[in-house]
Amino acid sequence: MTERSTIFAGFGGQGILFAGTVLARAAMAEGREVLWIPSYGPEMRGGTASCTVIVAEEAIGSPVVDQADAVVALNPPSLAKFEPVVAAGGLLVINRSLIEAEVRRNDVEAVELPCTALAREAGDDRLVSVVALGALLARRPLVSLASAGAAIEAIVSAKRPQILEADLAALRAGYEAAAVETVPA
Amino acid sequence: MTTAAVAPATMPERVLWKGNEAIAEAAIQAGCDAYFGYPITPQAELLEWMARRMPELGRAFVQAESELGAINMALGAAATGKRVLVSSSSPGISLMAEAMSYMAGSEVPVVLVDVMRGGPGLGSIGPSQSDYLQLVKGHGHGDYRVPVLAPASIAEAMALVADAFELAERYRTPVAILADGALGQAMEPVVPEYREPPRRPSTWQADTARGRAPRVVKSLILRPEDLEAHNRDLQAKYRSIEEHEVRWAGESLDDPEILVVAYGTAARVARTAIARARAAGLRAGLLRPITLWPFPTLALRGLARHVRAVLVVELSAGQMLDDVRIAVEGLAPVAFHGRTGGMLPSPGDVVTELRRLWSITEPVNGRHRPQRGRRPVPTEPTLATGHGEQLDEGVAAEDLPALAEVWR
Amino acid sequence: MTTEATGAPAPPRILYQRPRALVDKSTHYCPGCGHGIIHRLIAELLDELELAQQTIAVAPVGCSVFAYDYIAVDWIESPHGRAPAVATGVRRTNSDAFVLVYQGDGDLAAIGTAEIIHAAARGERITTVFVNNGIYGMTGGQMAPTTLLGQKTTSSPLGRDPKLAGYPIPISEMLALLRGVDYVSRGSVADPPSVGKVKAMLKRAFEIQRAGGGFTLVEVLSNCPVGWGMTAPESMAHLAEVAETYPLGVILDRSKGIGPGVDPGLSTRLAGRAEEAPR
Repeated sequence: MTERSTIFAGFGGQGILFAGTVLARAAMAEGREVLWIPSYGPEMRGGTASCTVIVAEEAIGSPVVDQADAVVALNPPSLAKFEPVVAAGGLLVINRSLIEAEVRRNDVEAVELPCTALAREAGDDRLVSVVALGALLARRPLVSLASAGAAIEAIVSAKRPQILEADLAALRAGYEAAAVETVPA
Repeated sequence: MTTAAVAPATMPERVLWKGNEAIAEAAIQAGCDAYFGYPITPQAELLEWMARRMPELGRAFVQAESELGAINMALGAAATGKRVLVSSSSPGISLMAEAMSYMAGSEVPVVLVDVMRGGPGLGSIGPSQSDYLQLVKGHGHGDYRVPVLAPASIAEAMALVADAFELAERYRTPVAILADGALGQAMEPVVPEYREPPRRPSTWQADTARGRAPRVVKSLILRPEDLEAHNRDLQAKYRSIEEHEVRWAGESLDDPEILVVAYGTAARVARTAIARARAAGLRAGLLRPITLWPFPTLALRGLARHVRAVLVVELSAGQMLDDVRIAVEGLAPVAFHGRTGGMLPSPGDVVTELRRLWSITEPVNGRHRPQRGRRPVPTEPTLATGHGEQLDEGVAAEDLPALAEVWR
Repeated sequence: MTTEATGAPAPPRILYQRPRALVDKSTHYCPGCGHGIIHRLIAELLDELELAQQTIAVAPVGCSVFAYDYIAVDWIESPHGRAPAVATGVRRTNSDAFVLVYQGDGDLAAIGTAEIIHAAARGERITTVFVNNGIYGMTGGQMAPTTLLGQKTTSSPLGRDPKLAGYPIPISEMLALLRGVDYVSRGSVADPPSVGKVKAMLKRAFEIQRAGGGFTLVEVLSNCPVGWGMTAPESMAHLAEVAETYPLGVILDRSKGIGPGVDPGLSTRLAGRAEEAPR
């Protein structure tokens, strides 16, 4: 099985669907198969949101992920909900700016970063999911950092070119922070 | 192309597209003259796409006052010979049953997209396959059928839209595309390749009697003798569709011990489950109906002779199950696994069912029969409750609910 | 019969003949029913305005479901009450056609209320002939939304009681409030002068559609001798009483400045930003 699944979860407004879309577009640009699916609900601002991105070399089967290879949790409810879903040996990216709870799993790799703070440094709190995407790619090279950057550029340039630099800075900040952080034993 | 792109230069440019939007654009590229709709989750993006694209192409778009309005606008436009698309989700599809019956009776071609959600009633907006009975078994009143096409991927949905228009016009019948919320909301890379079916010359439509005798497009035939004759004609048409238009896809069908029958999103879940089961030595195969009516009865019957069990997987309480049983004709035990209400079965759920079925059946003389006197064969639907059940031979159902909640 | 032997006779002066657009066959309508008169008026106008070959008509469910057997144009049969939606689909995909809708009062004012209001509000360029006989005739004379207070029907056997069944709906007046509507009037088939006025109203509505105007509707108070339990002459005479609940006349003629919808303040407010209704 060559499928690699990632769940992005957080509050609405944290750019969850955007980060997933960036990963999906980058994977497509690299010639992979990919499936992006949101947890869709009644329209409500500020509610919890999640999306799943499956990247594969061949046609993708189930859109349902019972064991995620990676989970990006940007707020406390997301960690509570999706921590059990991470596959053994999988990756958990945690936004320490908002999440105080400790990781209970000892069979997963955890990357714990102040994603919101890093996003603020890059230029905007709302880039928190882009920071987390950078961190994810540092540990799981599902796509190259360059592909992710190109995907961001393709999406953002059309609508809000003025925030492109901040987006790319956030992606790099997450990548670099996760690349240097040591993995807990 | 330069070598700057990571993708091979031979690969055609793909676009990442949401199912609802891809279906809409495929319809436009298939020559759709008019679209009528009403907002409902999870198909609203289809309406929104049409709201932008159809007027810019000079084609008809109306956001109707209700699904009743939408389907009857479709009836009006289609009765004048235009190529018409209408879409909704389950509760709205219920409202459309009336006009679908009229169009079947008056033989007006139209394509209806149903992006199914959980029911009954207002239900949920989660993905579901609980409109199978509604659309496959006739939908509205009267003896009629409509071809029902069930895509399992966004690319397939795009291709089936063009096929649906062609079928509708060839047989002068409404055609339904049965998708679900997961397919409508997901994004996948697709090659933006389209097909516009050729327009067939037709002599039935009511498009003004310029230089010819007036025509009436109607379903009222008050004399029972005449209406029975009309019904005979309709049934002959349906037999012809059954003979010529059955479509299905199979995977891992060389040597299956257990045959899984599933369509749409459920088939994708089953596909992953089958791969996992095979990796563990359990040979399962998949029959995926693409046409739900006409159902691939004969193909399924042929396969059922050679397997120890058949497992039906649906996002429902067991609606296609009846058609599978009819096809299998008792040649193999038929078990069922389904989730309802907008929940999806996970691949792990299906693997558990496969292992359980394998454990309670065994091959006999090259033909597989259920063991008797040990454990009842689950010929009744064993609707998953989401709780692990301790099974014989130590096969435990995996913990289901937390995972399926992802998709709520 | 003329014969050539007698030389050239004076050409006959035709006082009355079947319009070409009216099919030469007996109708299924009960003796004395007003539908036949209204069909004829439509057919006369289709001839006079040379519209028959440009027309796509939509038939309702009700007594007039068979209108397609009597008026020689292309017809589409609609589900009960949905004719305005069906006509919308026709209109939006056949810009050159003359779109005619024929509806009864059960069809238009009860089961099809949503469809007629929204077709009118959208300003669909269609003409609706709304035949109001205050009763469900085809199903055996049950109470309609238009049934008069106190009127006995098979489903209001003691007479329509507003406490039980509410009040008659003046739907034409309601529709005349909508900005998408350009013409609404109400006539009656009670007597020849009234019939003449109905024809003038229909002609006005047809011409407005041909000129690219918005939604037009002519309500025609008609009789149902069988459903009303009257002789045909009694039922015709009774139409005067019906007209007390449903006053006759032009309710709205926007381009002539007649009607509630053309009150300058109201129309400006209702028109909002979209000055032109979709055509």
